[in-house]
Amino acid sequence: MLDWQPTATLETLRARARLLAEVRAFFAERDVWEVETPVLGHGGSTDVQLASLKVDATTPEGLERLWLQTSPEFHMKRLLAAGSGAIFQLAKSFRDGEVGRRHNIEFTMLEWYRPGFSLNQLIEETAALIIRLLPQSPGPVSRYRYRDLFREYLAVDPFSTGAAVLGKLASKHAGTDMSEESRDTCLDLLMSLVIEPRLGQGELSVVVDYPASQAALARRHQDPEDGVWVASRFELYLKGLELANGYDELTDAEEQRARFGEDNRERRTLGLPEVDVDSRLLAALEHGLPEGAGVALGIDRVIQLALGKTHLKDVLAFSTPSC
Amino acid sequence: MANYSTNEFKGGLKVMLDGDPCSIVENELVKPGKGQAFNRVKLRNLMTGRVGERTFKSGDSLEGADVMDLEMEYLYTDGDMWHFMKTDGSFEQYAVEKKALGDTAKWLKEQVPYTITLWNDKAISVTPPNFIELEVVETDPGLKGDTAQGGSKPATLSSGAVVRVPLFINQGEVLKIDTRSGDYVSRA
Repeated sequence: MLDWQPTATLETLRARARLLAEVRAFFAERDVWEVETPVLGHGGSTDVQLASLKVDATTPEGLERLWLQTSPEFHMKRLLAAGSGAIFQLAKSFRDGEVGRRHNIEFTMLEWYRPGFSLNQLIEETAALIIRLLPQSPGPVSRYRYRDLFREYLAVDPFSTGAAVLGKLASKHAGTDMSEESRDTCLDLLMSLVIEPRLGQGELSVVVDYPASQAALARRHQDPEDGVWVASRFELYLKGLELANGYDELTDAEEQRARFGEDNRERRTLGLPEVDVDSRLLAALEHGLPEGAGVALGIDRVIQLALGKTHLKDVLAFSTPSC
Repeated sequence: MANYSTNEFKGGLKVMLDGDPCSIVENELVKPGKGQAFNRVKLRNLMTGRVGERTFKSGDSLEGADVMDLEMEYLYTDGDMWHFMKTDGSFEQYAVEKKALGDTAKWLKEQVPYTITLWNDKAISVTPPNFIELEVVETDPGLKGDTAQGGSKPATLSSGAVVRVPLFINQGEVLKIDTRSGDYVSRA
Protein backbone atom coordinates (compact mmCIF):
# COMPACT_ATOMS: atom_id res chain seq x y z
CA MET A 1 0.00 0.00 0.00
CA LEU A 2 1.20 3.51 -0.77
CA ASP A 3 2.39 5.58 2.17
CA TRP A 4 -0.30 8.24 2.11
CA GLN A 5 0.04 9.13 5.79
CA PRO A 6 1.67 12.43 6.87
CA THR A 7 5.41 12.22 7.59
CA ALA A 8 4.89 14.28 10.78
CA THR A 9 2.38 13.29 13.44
CA LEU A 10 -0.74 15.43 13.74
CA GLU A 11 0.40 16.36 17.25
CA THR A 12 3.68 17.69 15.79
CA LEU A 13 1.83 19.61 13.09
CA ARG A 14 -0.33 21.27 15.76
CA ALA A 15 2.83 22.22 17.69
CA ARG A 16 4.25 23.57 14.43
CA ALA A 17 1.15 25.74 13.95
CA ARG A 18 1.61 27.16 17.48
CA LEU A 19 5.27 28.01 16.74
CA LEU A 20 4.34 29.75 13.49
CA ALA A 21 1.72 31.79 15.41
CA GLU A 22 4.51 32.73 17.82
CA VAL A 23 6.68 33.90 14.90
CA ARG A 24 3.85 36.15 13.70
CA ALA A 25 3.32 37.53 17.21
CA PHE A 26 7.06 38.28 17.51
CA PHE A 27 7.05 40.38 14.34
CA ALA A 28 3.71 42.04 15.09
CA GLU A 29 5.18 43.29 18.38
CA ARG A 30 8.09 44.78 16.45
CA ASP A 31 6.06 46.39 13.69
CA VAL A 32 7.45 44.16 10.99
CA TRP A 33 4.59 43.34 8.65
CA GLU A 34 3.93 40.06 6.87
CA VAL A 35 4.07 39.93 3.09
CA GLU A 36 3.43 37.23 0.51
CA THR A 37 5.41 37.17 -2.73
CA PRO A 38 5.27 34.74 -5.67
CA VAL A 39 7.13 31.45 -5.62
CA LEU A 40 7.47 31.84 -9.40
CA GLY A 41 9.71 34.45 -10.99
CA HIS A 42 11.14 35.39 -14.40
CA GLY A 43 14.58 35.34 -12.82
CA GLY A 44 16.16 32.64 -10.68
CA SER A 45 19.07 32.41 -8.30
CA THR A 46 22.34 32.36 -10.23
CA ASP A 47 24.15 31.06 -7.11
CA VAL A 48 26.42 28.31 -8.41
CA GLN A 49 25.71 26.14 -5.37
CA LEU A 50 21.94 26.23 -5.76
CA ALA A 51 19.94 24.27 -8.33
CA SER A 52 16.70 25.96 -9.37
CA LEU A 53 13.57 24.25 -10.61
CA LYS A 54 12.05 25.55 -13.83
CA VAL A 55 8.40 25.72 -14.75
CA ASP A 56 6.86 26.14 -18.20
CA ALA A 57 3.98 28.53 -17.86
CA THR A 58 1.49 29.96 -20.32
CA THR A 59 1.23 33.69 -19.71
CA PRO A 60 -0.10 36.54 -21.86
CA GLU A 61 3.41 36.53 -23.38
CA GLY A 62 2.94 32.95 -24.52
CA LEU A 63 4.93 29.98 -23.23
CA GLU A 64 7.47 31.29 -20.73
CA ARG A 65 10.13 29.74 -18.60
CA LEU A 66 9.64 30.72 -14.96
CA TRP A 67 11.77 29.81 -11.97
CA LEU A 68 10.65 28.47 -8.61
CA GLN A 69 12.35 30.76 -6.11
CA THR A 70 15.19 29.38 -3.98
CA SER A 71 14.29 32.09 -1.43
CA PRO A 72 11.88 35.05 -1.48
CA GLU A 73 14.81 37.47 -1.50
CA PHE A 74 14.41 39.07 -4.95
CA HIS A 75 10.72 39.80 -4.64
CA MET A 76 11.09 41.08 -1.08
CA LYS A 77 13.89 43.42 -2.13
CA ARG A 78 11.58 44.85 -4.79
CA LEU A 79 9.06 45.58 -2.04
CA LEU A 80 11.82 47.23 0.01
CA ALA A 81 12.83 49.37 -2.97
CA ALA A 82 9.19 50.36 -3.34
CA GLY A 83 9.31 51.66 0.26
CA SER A 84 7.69 48.83 2.23
CA GLY A 85 9.82 49.31 5.35
CA ALA A 86 10.49 46.30 7.61
CA ILE A 87 8.84 43.12 6.26
CA PHE A 88 8.86 39.37 6.91
CA GLN A 89 7.61 36.34 5.08
CA LEU A 90 7.10 32.63 5.68
CA ALA A 91 7.88 31.58 2.14
CA LYS A 92 7.85 28.23 0.41
CA SER A 93 11.25 27.91 -1.27
CA PHE A 94 12.67 25.28 -3.62
CA ARG A 95 16.16 23.87 -4.06
CA ASP A 96 16.52 20.99 -6.45
CA GLY A 97 18.40 17.88 -5.35
CA GLU A 98 18.45 18.76 -1.67
CA VAL A 99 16.84 15.89 0.20
CA GLY A 100 18.09 14.39 3.43
CA ARG A 101 17.97 14.47 7.19
CA ARG A 102 18.38 18.27 7.16
CA HIS A 103 17.05 19.10 3.70
CA ASN A 104 13.87 18.93 1.66
CA ILE A 105 13.49 20.19 -1.93
CA GLU A 106 10.50 22.31 -0.89
CA PHE A 107 10.85 23.99 2.48
CA THR A 108 9.69 27.01 4.43
CA MET A 109 12.01 29.96 4.71
CA LEU A 110 11.40 32.65 7.27
CA GLU A 111 12.97 35.71 5.73
CA TRP A 112 12.92 39.24 7.03
CA TYR A 113 14.42 42.64 6.21
CA ARG A 114 15.24 45.49 8.53
CA PRO A 115 15.97 48.79 6.78
CA GLY A 116 18.32 50.86 8.93
CA PHE A 117 19.53 47.86 10.97
CA SER A 118 23.19 47.05 11.38
CA LEU A 119 24.27 43.39 11.08
CA ASN A 120 24.74 43.35 14.88
CA GLN A 121 21.20 44.51 15.54
CA LEU A 122 19.89 41.81 13.23
CA ILE A 123 22.02 39.12 14.95
CA GLU A 124 20.46 40.12 18.27
CA GLU A 125 16.95 40.02 16.84
CA THR A 126 17.50 36.63 15.16
CA ALA A 127 18.82 35.13 18.39
CA ALA A 128 15.89 36.61 20.33
CA LEU A 129 13.38 35.00 17.96
CA ILE A 130 15.04 31.56 18.13
CA ILE A 131 15.27 31.71 21.93
CA ARG A 132 11.57 32.55 22.08
CA LEU A 133 10.67 29.52 19.96
CA LEU A 134 12.74 27.01 21.94
CA PRO A 135 11.21 25.26 24.98
CA GLN A 136 14.29 26.03 27.07
CA SER A 137 17.23 28.37 26.88
CA PRO A 138 19.91 27.17 24.45
CA GLY A 139 22.61 28.88 26.56
CA PRO A 140 24.50 32.08 25.82
CA VAL A 141 24.90 33.64 22.38
CA SER A 142 28.57 33.40 21.36
CA ARG A 143 30.13 35.03 18.37
CA TYR A 144 33.10 33.69 16.36
CA ARG A 145 35.00 35.02 13.41
CA TYR A 146 35.25 32.49 10.57
CA ARG A 147 39.04 32.66 10.55
CA ASP A 148 39.29 32.15 14.33
CA LEU A 149 37.27 28.92 14.06
CA PHE A 150 39.71 27.55 11.47
CA ARG A 151 42.64 28.60 13.62
CA GLU A 152 41.18 26.93 16.68
CA TYR A 153 39.91 23.66 15.21
CA LEU A 154 42.23 23.12 12.25
CA ALA A 155 45.29 25.24 13.08
CA VAL A 156 45.21 27.00 9.70
CA ASP A 157 44.32 30.50 8.61
CA PRO A 158 41.56 30.15 5.99
CA PHE A 159 42.62 33.36 4.21
CA SER A 160 46.39 32.99 3.97
CA THR A 161 46.96 29.21 3.87
CA GLY A 162 47.89 27.93 0.42
CA ALA A 163 45.53 25.83 -1.69
CA ALA A 164 47.86 22.81 -1.51
CA VAL A 165 47.78 22.71 2.29
CA LEU A 166 44.00 23.19 2.37
CA GLY A 167 43.61 20.44 -0.26
CA LYS A 168 45.67 18.04 1.82
CA LEU A 169 43.70 18.83 4.97
CA ALA A 170 40.38 18.47 3.14
CA SER A 171 41.44 15.13 1.62
CA LYS A 172 42.41 13.85 5.07
CA HIS A 173 39.01 14.64 6.55
CA ALA A 174 36.99 13.53 3.50
CA GLY A 175 38.84 10.28 2.87
CA THR A 176 38.69 11.15 -0.85
CA ASP A 177 41.04 13.18 -3.06
CA MET A 178 40.27 16.89 -2.74
CA SER A 179 43.70 18.10 -3.87
CA GLU A 180 42.38 19.42 -7.21
CA GLU A 181 39.48 21.30 -5.61
CA SER A 182 39.22 25.07 -5.22
CA ARG A 183 40.08 26.84 -1.97
CA ASP A 184 36.42 27.53 -1.32
CA THR A 185 35.43 23.88 -1.82
CA CYS A 186 38.12 22.81 0.66
CA LEU A 187 37.03 25.47 3.16
CA ASP A 188 33.36 24.42 2.76
CA LEU A 189 34.30 20.80 3.35
CA LEU A 190 36.34 21.54 6.48
CA MET A 191 33.61 23.84 7.77
CA SER A 192 30.94 21.15 7.21
CA LEU A 193 32.84 18.13 8.49
CA VAL A 194 35.03 19.52 11.26
CA ILE A 195 33.71 22.85 12.53
CA GLU A 196 29.91 22.78 12.16
CA PRO A 197 29.34 19.72 14.37
CA ARG A 198 31.07 21.62 17.21
CA LEU A 199 28.96 24.74 16.88
CA GLY A 200 25.87 25.51 18.93
CA GLN A 201 26.63 22.94 21.62
CA GLY A 202 25.32 24.44 24.85
CA GLU A 203 25.05 27.86 23.21
CA LEU A 204 23.82 29.67 20.14
CA SER A 205 26.88 30.14 17.94
CA VAL A 206 27.07 33.04 15.52
CA VAL A 207 29.77 32.95 12.85
CA VAL A 208 30.78 36.24 11.21
CA ASP A 209 33.33 37.58 8.70
CA TYR A 210 33.17 34.89 6.02
CA PRO A 211 35.66 34.88 3.14
CA ALA A 212 34.89 37.60 0.59
CA SER A 213 34.59 34.87 -2.06
CA GLN A 214 31.55 33.55 -0.16
CA ALA A 215 29.74 36.89 0.05
CA ALA A 216 26.73 36.00 -2.17
CA LEU A 217 24.45 39.05 -1.81
CA ALA A 218 26.24 40.61 1.15
CA ARG A 219 28.53 43.61 1.28
CA ARG A 220 32.24 43.17 1.89
CA HIS A 221 34.40 44.93 4.44
CA GLN A 222 38.04 44.83 5.48
CA ASP A 223 39.15 42.74 8.44
CA PRO A 224 40.68 45.19 10.96
CA GLU A 225 43.45 42.68 11.77
CA ASP A 226 45.22 42.70 8.43
CA GLY A 227 42.95 44.35 5.89
CA VAL A 228 41.76 41.08 4.30
CA TRP A 229 38.36 41.55 2.63
CA VAL A 230 35.59 39.59 4.34
CA ALA A 231 31.88 39.22 3.70
CA SER A 232 29.50 41.15 5.98
CA ARG A 233 27.29 38.21 6.77
CA PHE A 234 26.55 35.85 9.62
CA GLU A 235 25.31 32.34 10.13
CA LEU A 236 23.71 31.05 13.27
CA TYR A 237 24.09 27.49 14.57
CA LEU A 238 22.40 25.37 17.20
CA LYS A 239 23.37 21.74 17.91
CA GLY A 240 25.56 21.65 14.80
CA LEU A 241 22.66 22.70 12.61
CA GLU A 242 22.84 25.88 10.53
CA LEU A 243 19.67 27.84 11.16
CA ALA A 244 20.07 31.30 9.67
CA ASN A 245 22.07 33.24 7.17
CA GLY A 246 22.08 37.04 7.43
CA TYR A 247 23.52 39.79 5.25
CA ASP A 248 24.39 43.39 5.41
CA GLU A 249 22.58 43.76 2.12
CA LEU A 250 24.31 44.68 -1.07
CA THR A 251 22.49 47.70 -2.50
CA ASP A 252 24.80 48.50 -5.42
CA ALA A 253 23.02 47.54 -8.67
CA GLU A 254 26.24 47.52 -10.69
CA GLU A 255 28.03 45.20 -8.29
CA GLN A 256 24.95 42.97 -8.14
CA ARG A 257 24.85 42.79 -11.95
CA ALA A 258 28.55 41.92 -11.99
CA ARG A 259 28.09 39.14 -9.41
CA PHE A 260 25.19 37.63 -11.41
CA GLY A 261 27.45 37.69 -14.48
CA GLU A 262 30.33 36.05 -12.60
CA ASP A 263 27.97 33.34 -11.35
CA ASN A 264 26.74 32.52 -14.85
CA ARG A 265 30.29 32.50 -16.21
CA GLU A 266 31.26 30.04 -13.51
CA ARG A 267 28.14 27.99 -14.30
CA ARG A 268 29.30 27.75 -17.93
CA THR A 269 32.79 26.68 -16.83
CA LEU A 270 31.33 24.00 -14.57
CA GLY A 271 28.88 22.80 -17.21
CA LEU A 272 25.89 23.88 -15.13
CA PRO A 273 22.76 25.37 -16.69
CA GLU A 274 22.72 29.15 -16.81
CA VAL A 275 19.95 30.90 -14.92
CA ASP A 276 17.95 33.88 -16.18
CA VAL A 277 19.08 36.98 -14.32
CA ASP A 278 16.33 38.83 -12.47
CA SER A 279 16.40 42.11 -14.37
CA ARG A 280 13.48 43.51 -12.37
CA LEU A 281 15.55 43.11 -9.20
CA LEU A 282 18.40 44.99 -10.86
CA ALA A 283 15.98 47.74 -11.91
CA ALA A 284 14.72 47.94 -8.31
CA LEU A 285 18.32 48.22 -7.04
CA GLU A 286 18.97 51.00 -9.56
CA HIS A 287 15.94 52.80 -8.20
CA GLY A 288 17.42 52.37 -4.73
CA LEU A 289 17.29 49.76 -1.97
CA PRO A 290 17.32 51.22 1.54
CA GLU A 291 20.47 50.39 3.52
CA GLY A 292 19.85 47.63 6.01
CA ALA A 293 20.19 43.99 6.94
CA GLY A 294 18.19 40.90 6.08
CA VAL A 295 18.18 37.28 7.18
CA ALA A 296 16.88 33.94 5.91
CA LEU A 297 16.06 31.40 8.58
CA GLY A 298 15.22 27.73 8.00
CA ILE A 299 12.10 27.67 10.13
CA ASP A 300 11.58 23.92 9.58
CA ARG A 301 14.93 23.28 11.29
CA VAL A 302 14.10 25.57 14.21
CA ILE A 303 10.81 23.72 14.65
CA GLN A 304 12.69 20.42 14.43
CA LEU A 305 15.02 21.45 17.27
CA ALA A 306 12.23 23.08 19.32
CA LEU A 307 10.25 19.83 19.20
CA GLY A 308 13.27 17.58 19.73
CA LYS A 309 12.98 15.78 16.37
CA THR A 310 15.93 14.19 14.59
CA HIS A 311 14.77 14.42 10.97
CA LEU A 312 13.34 17.35 9.04
CA LYS A 313 10.55 15.13 7.70
CA ASP A 314 9.33 14.71 11.29
CA VAL A 315 8.04 18.31 11.19
CA LEU A 316 6.77 18.39 7.58
CA ALA A 317 3.24 17.31 6.67
CA PHE A 318 4.61 15.50 3.62
CA SER A 319 8.33 15.41 2.85
CA THR A 320 9.45 15.45 -0.80
CA PRO A 321 9.78 11.64 -1.15
CA SER A 322 6.15 11.22 -0.06
CA CYS A 323 4.52 14.32 -1.51
CA MET B 1 29.68 -0.68 -15.76
CA ALA B 2 27.71 2.52 -15.51
CA ASN B 3 28.83 5.40 -13.34
CA TYR B 4 26.65 6.52 -10.49
CA SER B 5 26.45 10.11 -9.29
CA THR B 6 26.19 10.93 -5.57
CA ASN B 7 22.46 11.68 -5.91
CA GLU B 8 21.95 8.07 -7.07
CA PHE B 9 23.77 6.62 -4.03
CA LYS B 10 21.16 4.55 -2.25
CA GLY B 11 21.47 1.86 0.38
CA GLY B 12 22.52 -1.37 -1.34
CA LEU B 13 24.04 0.21 -4.48
CA LYS B 14 27.33 -1.50 -5.38
CA VAL B 15 30.20 0.77 -6.43
CA MET B 16 33.96 0.58 -6.88
CA LEU B 17 36.15 2.44 -4.40
CA ASP B 18 39.95 2.20 -4.30
CA GLY B 19 39.77 -0.91 -6.45
CA ASP B 20 37.39 -2.81 -4.17
CA PRO B 21 33.67 -3.41 -4.63
CA CYS B 22 31.63 -1.68 -1.92
CA SER B 23 28.00 -1.57 -0.93
CA ILE B 24 26.47 1.78 0.05
CA VAL B 25 25.05 1.72 3.56
CA GLU B 26 24.02 5.33 4.06
CA ASN B 27 24.23 8.63 2.15
CA GLU B 28 23.76 11.98 3.84
CA LEU B 29 23.70 15.40 2.17
CA VAL B 30 25.88 17.97 3.95
CA LYS B 31 25.79 21.57 2.84
CA PRO B 32 27.10 24.70 4.46
CA GLY B 33 24.77 27.72 4.43
CA LYS B 34 26.16 29.15 1.23
CA GLY B 35 28.49 26.80 -0.45
CA GLN B 36 29.45 23.51 -1.95
CA ALA B 37 27.25 20.51 -1.16
CA PHE B 38 28.84 17.23 -0.13
CA ASN B 39 27.63 13.70 0.41
CA ARG B 40 28.83 11.89 3.47
CA VAL B 41 28.66 8.25 2.52
CA LYS B 42 28.97 5.08 4.61
CA LEU B 43 30.20 2.14 2.57
CA ARG B 44 30.82 -1.52 3.33
CA ASN B 45 33.88 -2.92 1.63
CA LEU B 46 32.65 -6.26 0.26
CA MET B 47 36.13 -7.79 0.27
CA THR B 48 36.89 -7.06 3.92
CA GLY B 49 33.40 -6.48 5.35
CA ARG B 50 34.62 -3.27 6.97
CA VAL B 51 32.38 -0.19 7.01
CA GLY B 52 34.01 3.20 6.45
CA GLU B 53 32.92 6.77 5.81
CA ARG B 54 33.94 8.94 2.87
CA THR B 55 32.86 12.41 1.80
CA PHE B 56 32.31 13.26 -1.86
CA LYS B 57 31.55 16.52 -3.62
CA SER B 58 27.90 16.35 -4.64
CA GLY B 59 27.70 15.42 -8.30
CA ASP B 60 30.91 13.35 -8.25
CA SER B 61 30.47 9.80 -9.41
CA LEU B 62 31.79 6.31 -8.79
CA GLU B 63 31.94 3.39 -11.16
CA GLY B 64 29.31 0.74 -10.51
CA ALA B 65 30.55 -2.67 -9.36
CA ASP B 66 29.37 -5.81 -11.12
CA VAL B 67 28.24 -7.48 -7.94
CA MET B 68 25.35 -9.87 -7.42
CA ASP B 69 24.07 -12.16 -4.74
CA LEU B 70 23.11 -15.69 -5.78
CA GLU B 71 21.73 -18.62 -3.83
CA MET B 72 23.88 -21.73 -4.03
CA GLU B 73 24.01 -25.09 -2.28
CA TYR B 74 27.22 -26.29 -0.69
CA LEU B 75 28.57 -29.46 -2.37
CA TYR B 76 32.05 -30.38 -1.11
CA THR B 77 35.61 -29.25 -0.61
CA ASP B 78 38.71 -30.62 -2.29
CA GLY B 79 40.89 -29.06 0.38
CA ASP B 80 41.88 -26.02 -1.72
CA MET B 81 38.51 -24.83 -2.91
CA TRP B 82 34.93 -25.09 -1.69
CA HIS B 83 32.38 -25.97 -4.34
CA PHE B 84 28.83 -24.62 -4.55
CA MET B 85 26.03 -25.11 -7.07
CA LYS B 86 23.36 -22.64 -8.16
CA THR B 87 19.86 -23.53 -6.96
CA ASP B 88 18.14 -22.17 -10.07
CA GLY B 89 18.20 -25.58 -11.76
CA SER B 90 21.16 -24.70 -14.00
CA PHE B 91 23.53 -26.98 -12.04
CA GLU B 92 26.19 -24.30 -12.61
CA GLN B 93 29.02 -24.63 -10.10
CA TYR B 94 31.31 -22.07 -8.50
CA ALA B 95 34.56 -22.71 -6.67
CA VAL B 96 35.18 -20.48 -3.64
CA GLU B 97 38.58 -19.66 -2.13
CA LYS B 98 39.24 -19.94 1.58
CA LYS B 99 39.62 -16.15 1.90
CA ALA B 100 36.16 -15.54 0.41
CA LEU B 101 34.65 -18.24 2.60
CA GLY B 102 35.89 -16.48 5.75
CA ASP B 103 34.04 -17.30 8.99
CA THR B 104 31.34 -19.16 7.08
CA ALA B 105 33.77 -22.10 6.98
CA LYS B 106 32.49 -23.21 10.38
CA TRP B 107 28.84 -23.24 9.25
CA LEU B 108 29.14 -25.44 6.16
CA LYS B 109 26.72 -28.29 5.58
CA GLU B 110 25.99 -30.12 2.37
CA GLN B 111 22.80 -29.25 0.50
CA VAL B 112 22.16 -26.14 2.57
CA PRO B 113 21.64 -22.97 0.47
CA TYR B 114 24.10 -20.10 1.07
CA THR B 115 24.19 -16.60 -0.38
CA ILE B 116 27.27 -16.21 -2.57
CA THR B 117 28.33 -12.69 -3.51
CA LEU B 118 29.92 -12.60 -6.95
CA TRP B 119 32.08 -9.74 -8.22
CA ASN B 120 32.89 -9.96 -11.93
CA ASP B 121 31.57 -13.53 -11.71
CA LYS B 122 34.05 -14.47 -8.97
CA ALA B 123 32.88 -15.41 -5.48
CA ILE B 124 34.04 -12.85 -2.90
CA SER B 125 31.94 -13.79 0.10
CA VAL B 126 29.62 -16.46 1.41
CA THR B 127 26.79 -15.74 3.84
CA PRO B 128 25.17 -18.65 5.69
CA PRO B 129 21.42 -18.83 6.32
CA ASN B 130 20.47 -17.10 9.60
CA PHE B 131 19.57 -20.45 11.16
CA ILE B 132 21.16 -23.80 10.48
CA GLU B 133 20.64 -27.30 11.87
CA LEU B 134 23.81 -29.15 12.84
CA GLU B 135 24.62 -32.36 14.68
CA VAL B 136 26.62 -32.46 17.92
CA VAL B 137 29.71 -34.60 17.30
CA GLU B 138 31.37 -34.06 20.64
CA THR B 139 30.29 -32.82 24.08
CA ASP B 140 30.36 -33.92 27.71
CA PRO B 141 27.56 -36.39 28.56
CA GLY B 142 24.19 -34.80 29.28
CA LEU B 143 23.14 -34.39 32.91
CA LYS B 144 20.06 -36.36 33.86
CA GLY B 145 17.09 -34.35 35.13
CA ASP B 146 18.58 -31.06 34.02
CA THR B 147 16.17 -29.82 31.37
CA ALA B 148 15.98 -26.07 31.05
CA GLN B 149 18.01 -23.92 33.37
CA GLY B 150 21.47 -24.29 34.71
CA GLY B 151 24.82 -23.73 33.09
CA SER B 152 26.14 -24.43 29.67
CA LYS B 153 28.99 -26.41 28.13
CA PRO B 154 30.88 -26.38 24.87
CA ALA B 155 29.77 -28.66 22.03
CA THR B 156 31.54 -29.34 18.77
CA LEU B 157 29.18 -29.50 15.79
CA SER B 158 29.49 -31.48 12.56
CA SER B 159 30.63 -28.33 10.72
CA GLY B 160 33.49 -27.81 13.15
CA ALA B 161 31.93 -24.88 15.02
CA VAL B 162 32.09 -24.92 18.82
CA VAL B 163 29.04 -23.43 20.53
CA ARG B 164 27.75 -23.15 24.10
CA VAL B 165 24.82 -25.50 24.67
CA PRO B 166 22.66 -26.37 27.70
CA LEU B 167 23.94 -29.16 29.94
CA PHE B 168 21.16 -31.60 28.90
CA ILE B 169 22.33 -31.80 25.26
CA ASN B 170 23.87 -35.11 24.19
CA GLN B 171 26.23 -36.17 21.46
CA GLY B 172 24.33 -37.10 18.27
CA GLU B 173 21.53 -34.57 18.78
CA VAL B 174 20.69 -32.09 16.01
CA LEU B 175 20.54 -28.44 17.14
CA LYS B 176 19.22 -25.23 15.62
CA ILE B 177 21.91 -22.52 15.73
CA ASP B 178 21.75 -18.80 14.95
CA THR B 179 24.74 -18.28 12.63
CA ARG B 180 24.80 -14.48 13.18
CA SER B 181 25.52 -14.78 16.91
CA GLY B 182 26.71 -18.37 17.08
CA ASP B 183 24.06 -19.01 19.75
CA TYR B 184 22.19 -22.24 20.44
CA VAL B 185 18.46 -21.74 19.73
CA SER B 186 16.78 -25.12 20.35
CA ARG B 187 16.83 -28.79 19.57
CA ALA B 188 15.93 -29.22 15.92
